[in-house]
Amino acid sequence: MAIREKYNTELKELQNKLTELGHFSIDALEKAVIALESQNVDLALKIMEEDTKANILEEEINDAAMLLIAKQQPVAIDLRRVIVAIKIATDIERIADFAVNIAKSTIRIGNEPLIKPIVHIKKMYDLNRDMLRLSIESYNEEDLDKAKRVSKMDDEVDSLYGETIKELLQINLEKPEFRSQITQLSFICRYLERSADHMTNIAEHVFYMVKGKRYDLNT
Amino acid sequence: MASVIEHISDETNRENVYKTKELNLWYGENHALKNINLDINENEVTAIIGPSGCGKSTYIKTLNRMIELIPGVKTSGEISYRGRNILDRSYKVEDLRTKVGMVFQKPNPFPKSIYENVVYGPKIHGIRDKKILDEIVEKSLKGAAIWDEVKDRLNQNAYGLSGGQQQRLCIARCLAIEPDVILMDEPTSALDPISTLKVEELVQELKQNFSIIIVTHNMQQAARISDKTAFFLSGEVIEFNLTNKIFSTPSDKRTEDYITGRFG
Ligand SMILES: Nc1ncnc2c1ncn2[C@@H]1O[C@H](COP(=O)(O)OP(=O)(O)O)[C@@H](O)[C@H]1O
Ligand SMILES: [Mg+2]
Repeated sequence: MAIREKYNTELKELQNKLTELGHFSIDALEKAVIALESQNVDLALKIMEEDTKANILEEEINDAAMLLIAKQQPVAIDLRRVIVAIKIATDIERIADFAVNIAKSTIRIGNEPLIKPIVHIKKMYDLNRDMLRLSIESYNEEDLDKAKRVSKMDDEVDSLYGETIKELLQINLEKPEFRSQITQLSFICRYLERSADHMTNIAEHVFYMVKGKRYDLNT
Repeated sequence: MASVIEHISDETNRENVYKTKELNLWYGENHALKNINLDINENEVTAIIGPSGCGKSTYIKTLNRMIELIPGVKTSGEISYRGRNILDRSYKVEDLRTKVGMVFQKPNPFPKSIYENVVYGPKIHGIRDKKILDEIVEKSLKGAAIWDEVKDRLNQNAYGLSGGQQQRLCIARCLAIEPDVILMDEPTSALDPISTLKVEELVQELKQNFSIIIVTHNMQQAARISDKTAFFLSGEVIEFNLTNKIFSTPSDKRTEDYITGRFG
C-alpha cells in the first residue's frame, strides 16, 4: 500500500462531495436567475424545495471530515485540507441559500411585468458561476492563481452591484409605482454580491490551506 | 492581499539548560551526528523525532555522556550544560549523572524491591538515614504518579509490576536523585495505550520542575506533550522549532513529508 493511501482516498471522497455541493449551488443559482427572468413561480418553488439537498450534502461533508480527522489524525497541510473543506462547504451552502432568497423574491414579484430586462443581474450571475467553478478548482488543484482570479472577479461583481443599485434607485424616482419590484430586484443584486463574497472566502481558505497563513482577499 | 497574520511566536524567556554547538559524532567511520546546533530550554519538553537510525538516541546519549561507553566514538564541537562544556575532559561524568537522569525504552528496574529501586541512587550518593530514604521514596513515587498503586507493597519485587508501572518506577528512580534534566528515549514504545497516556500526563507535570528531552517515534505524542520539536534526519537537525509550528506549518519540505507520514 502506498504511503498515506488511505488518507488520500478519503480526502478524494471529501473533495468529490465538495465538488458535488458546488455544482448543486451553481445549478440552484442558475435556476433562480432563469425563474426570475421567465417569472416562473413554479420553478422558484422547486428551488426552495430542493435546498434541503445542499444542507444534507454539507452535513455529509462535515461528518466525513470528522471521521477523516479521527481516523487519520492528519497534521500540517493534510489537516488544513480537511479543515478548509469544512469551511468551504459552509460557504457553498450559503450560496445555495442565496438561490433560495432569489427564488423568494421572484415569487414576491409574481407576474408583474419586469420593469426592464435583467441584463446586469445575469452578468452578476455569470461571474458568480465562473467564480464558483474556479474557486472549487483552486481548492481541488491547490492552485493559487485560480484563487487570485476569483478575488479579481469579485471586484467586477462589486462594481456591477454599485452600478445596478444606482440605476434601480433612478427608476424608483421615475416609476414609484414599481417600488415593491425594485426593492426585490435590489435584494437580488445584494444576494448575488454577497454570494460572490463567499467565493472570495473560498479563495482565502485555499490560500490558508496552501500557505498556512491567513490572507484577506476581500479588501 | 492585505494582512498576513503570523500566529506563532516564541515569547518565553526561559534559560537554556543545554547549548549544543557544532556537535559532530562518529562511530568509527560512521558520521552519526553532523553539525548539530540546538538550544534546550529549562522547564520545557523538547521532543526529538525522526526516522530510525537518524541519530536521536545517539544525540541524547551524548547529553549525559553515556555515549563514551561505546568504543570508537569520536566527537567534536561543544555541549554546554548550565554554561559548562560537558565534552571537556575535566568535566566529571559523575557530577553530570547526578543532574541528568535517563529513562529508557524498555523499563529496566533492578530485580529488587520497589523500595530498593528508588533508593538505589540516593544510597550511592551516601544517604543512609532510613527516615530520609523513606521520605525520598514517598516523594519520588508520588512524583512519578505511582505512589497510590504501590505504597502497600514497597517491599515486593519490582518485577511483579506491570510494564507501565515499571516505567513509572524507573521515572521515580530517576527523580530520587533530584535531577535537573530528564532524558527519555522512547519511554512509552513498549507500553499499552493507557500506560502511555499516564506517562504523557506525568511528563506534563514533571516539566514544572525539570527539563525534559524525549525521543519519540510517535509523532502524535510529540505533538501532544512537547513545547519544542527537533526533526532529525541522517544525523542532521533539519528543523527545530515550536511544536505548534512544526505540526502546523513546518518550514522544510522534508519535515512536512515526515510528519504527514509520507516517509519514515
Ligand atoms: N553502538 C553503536 N555502534 C556503532 N554505530 C551505532 C551504534 N549505535 C548507533 N549507531 C549508528 O548510528 C546511527 C544513529 O543511530 P541511533 O542514534 O541509534 O538512531 P535512532 O535513535 O535515531 O534510531 C545509525 O547509523 C546507527 O547504525
Ligand atoms: Mg533510538
